[in-house]
Amino acid sequence: MNDIVISVRELSKRFGNFTAVDRISFDVYRGEIFGFLGANGAGKTTAMRMLCGLSYPTSGKGSVAGYDIMHEGEQIKRHIGYMSQRFSLYNDLTVWENMRLFAGIYGLNKSQTEQQATELLERLNFSSERNTLVGSLPLGWKQKLSFAIATIHRPEVVFLDEPTGGVDPITRRQFWEMIYEAAESGTTIFVTTHYMDEAEYCTRVSIMVDGKVQALDTPTRLKQQFATESMDEVFRILARGAQRGE
Amino acid sequence: MKQNFASFVKKESLHILRDTRTMLIVMLIPVVLMVLFGFAISTEVNNVNVAVVAPNRTDGIRDAVERLSQNEYFTFKGYITPDDIDPYLRSGKASAVVVFASDYERGVTQAATGVPTKPVIQLIVDASNVNTAGSSTAYLQSILLGAASQQAMFETRMLFNPQMRSAYNFVPGIMGLIFILVCAMMTSVSIVREKEVGTMEVLLVSPVRPVKIIFAKMIPYFAISCVVLVTILLLARYLLEVPMSGGVGGIFTISLLYLILSLSLGLLVSTIAQTQVVALLISAVVMMMPILMLSGMLFPIENLPKFFQVISNIVPARWYIDAVRKMMIQGLPIVAVWKNCAILLGMTIALLGVSLKKFNDKLE
Amino acid sequence: MRTFIVLLQKEFLQIRRNTFLPRLIIAFPILIMLIIPLIMTMDVRNVNVAVVDLDRSTTSQRIASHIEASEYLRLTHTTTEYPLAMDALEQGLVDVIVQIPDHFERDLMVSTPEQISITANAVNATKGGIGMQYIVQTIARTLVELRGEKSPTKLSELVTIENRYNPTLNYRHYMIPALMIILFILICGFLPALSIVGEKECGSIEQINVTPVSRLTFTLSKLVPYWIIGLFVLTIAMLVARLAYGLSPVGSVGAIYLGAALFILTISGFSLTIANFSETMQQTMFVMFFFIMIFMLMSGLLTPVDSMPEWAQRFTVILPPRYYIEILRSVYLKGTTITELWPNFVALGIFALCFNTLAALTYKKQA
Repeated sequence: MNDIVISVRELSKRFGNFTAVDRISFDVYRGEIFGFLGANGAGKTTAMRMLCGLSYPTSGKGSVAGYDIMHEGEQIKRHIGYMSQRFSLYNDLTVWENMRLFAGIYGLNKSQTEQQATELLERLNFSSERNTLVGSLPLGWKQKLSFAIATIHRPEVVFLDEPTGGVDPITRRQFWEMIYEAAESGTTIFVTTHYMDEAEYCTRVSIMVDGKVQALDTPTRLKQQFATESMDEVFRILARGAQRGE
Repeated sequence: MKQNFASFVKKESLHILRDTRTMLIVMLIPVVLMVLFGFAISTEVNNVNVAVVAPNRTDGIRDAVERLSQNEYFTFKGYITPDDIDPYLRSGKASAVVVFASDYERGVTQAATGVPTKPVIQLIVDASNVNTAGSSTAYLQSILLGAASQQAMFETRMLFNPQMRSAYNFVPGIMGLIFILVCAMMTSVSIVREKEVGTMEVLLVSPVRPVKIIFAKMIPYFAISCVVLVTILLLARYLLEVPMSGGVGGIFTISLLYLILSLSLGLLVSTIAQTQVVALLISAVVMMMPILMLSGMLFPIENLPKFFQVISNIVPARWYIDAVRKMMIQGLPIVAVWKNCAILLGMTIALLGVSLKKFNDKLE
Repeated sequence: MRTFIVLLQKEFLQIRRNTFLPRLIIAFPILIMLIIPLIMTMDVRNVNVAVVDLDRSTTSQRIASHIEASEYLRLTHTTTEYPLAMDALEQGLVDVIVQIPDHFERDLMVSTPEQISITANAVNATKGGIGMQYIVQTIARTLVELRGEKSPTKLSELVTIENRYNPTLNYRHYMIPALMIILFILICGFLPALSIVGEKECGSIEQINVTPVSRLTFTLSKLVPYWIIGLFVLTIAMLVARLAYGLSPVGSVGAIYLGAALFILTISGFSLTIANFSETMQQTMFVMFFFIMIFMLMSGLLTPVDSMPEWAQRFTVILPPRYYIEILRSVYLKGTTITELWPNFVALGIFALCFNTLAALTYKKQA
């Protein structure tokens, strides 16, 4: 369990005078479900984008899957999966065409693509929707599909940016089952969320306030530390000190 | 409620002002167009390259060539052999070749004394460029024959535009085009964008009346257009020296009318189009092309085939451009173009009515 | 390679699924090539002339009838009152006023008569200028005829004119190559940019950016479909030109396609570069519009480059359409060969390389 997959030291990102991410440091271990919590505008998405190689850090260091985030962004991209908070598959392509596209992008050949896609579709109970245009699927299904596609190339780490936003509780449940399954097969999960009940499912959580990491531990120990019953209260106590508005 | 409306207008203005690049381009387009049409583009033909084939260089031929090279419209590219004619024309080294016959001198003398004569000069012109071919042959002919002296018989006057600037004709056209671009195209795209992104819903559930939201979106574009209008008029007056002796009041009045018309067009497009690309394409196909082709901006309406002349009547820009031309260049007062004003007013009312109705229908 | 193929597949699927694009790609060239040549004529015909005849002699009548007979001029008013003619001019009913002075005929016989005064409405400088030329030539010829009534050879018969490459001086044949280039600029210039910015706006480009797809692969996958579409559009346009206007290239079709291949790459590369710098469709559209406007007006598509002032001519060196219009016009109408036009091909090649390198370099996967 002590195999470090993501390592971050004093990482910062500034836009002009505004410091979105302020010298954060943490490690994520292989096979963990790492919950990355924070209020809106706390800097979660910015931090995540730096880890995915979408944005350059202003200062500090970090590595993902053994590659430096400053200089080896393209290497990192081979080993991660990413699902953004905006649904961003192609609406005008079918389920299968989207799968084929991303499998191809990650270098899977034809037979591998066919095998992986069929397997994923079966696991999602999606086989009948293979030729449906993605745009016509309900949101919950889209999100599950996004996750499936983000893991189609069996990445080491999957980054999920508020994956369950706007999704009903049953689908949310199913979604977390998928996350568990992926984690059990050795994939590290890095997930941001608003839902504090979801935070309880994580191996460890970090809580960001105003661009800084204010707390980082297992949910159980955090609740002990703040002497509360739920993660919800932990979060409220920490967020109370926030300067940036919602 | 007033407060709300003002805050919407402010929001829209901020949206637009933050996009400095678009703003810059919108302001730059008319300026560049005015400069290009004013100083760079000319339909007048000059700098025509001419080569000469002469089997013997007699005094008469030398004289003719001398007259040719003295002329500012033609550049003498030297004597060539008959075999070179085609390569010269094909490669564009010359646009016209003058071929003198070997008995040129005799022919000219005979003709002068009244003896029947065969042609002694052949002009071979590269007619792939029709404009150059058409006007240079006539001119070359009169230079070579020394008939240019006939010009003394005439006193010519170019009315309204003595320097023959093509810009004069184009300034009103540029105005007709830009205002549609800014008002109709930009508004429709920005309304459809809100539909696409979903923010339109948010605005529509607010207590402000939907029509006011739409007006709030239009006001900044209207303001930009007014700035553009003033810029164009200043450039026209001081850079191109368009006289505008009829005063600018009339031009302003009809321009404001045209702006409102363009905004209604934009609103109409936005109620039809579901995506920005479609809004763009509709604007381009239904508005830009007719303006460029059928409004008399580039191609005179009387030159169009009858069918298109009839169609051109429903292009608002046609009436606007025609009226502005008369007021700006010929210096006529606005009453002289009352017919154009009435037609534009009618079109505006009709368009505004239809687009508001469509917009309200959509909501229900 | 597999990556490139799946990306290309995706682009074609998206174009095909779009409700508008496939129709646009087929219908737009056909419509433009069919309709615009009918409209686009700078030919000045139907110049309306008013004759103010103060002389009322056989000479002045002769002049009037020559004007009436001219194929370009139309005698609409004959009057003896200059103000009446001027009114008609202001209303736009008349383009040129010819005033023949009193005693013109009598003076012509004995000495130099008072000048004929010609007033042209020059609001439209082209029409005014050319109309003026026609009138002057028509009247000059009439006068020469009157003087040399006895001479069997008219002076103008000493010259024969050969309008090579376009014997009927058909303006459409001159404009059709320009229209083809305008089609390329509109289709292959706007569409790639809108496609990239569309992906930016809906967020799907970010999903691509977190993958290991290289910048060059992605740029090429956006480029190649429009390259193929462009060549397809050229084929349609050439067919329409042939069927509707009977115009086929005199020179080699290969040279036309080679030039088109390079030119489309150039213009699409340019379009992608603009898209890389834009955030919204509105922005892209305006920036593209700005450049397209300069391309269309300054490259010699509509007006000859040779007529521009020195500084403007020097500026056209950096405009890619300038090189292709020269290729297209001279191959189409004059049958010029690649060997004669090689500098133009080289220039287009350099542009294509530069713009596409720029497009790949300016595409930012990581900000």
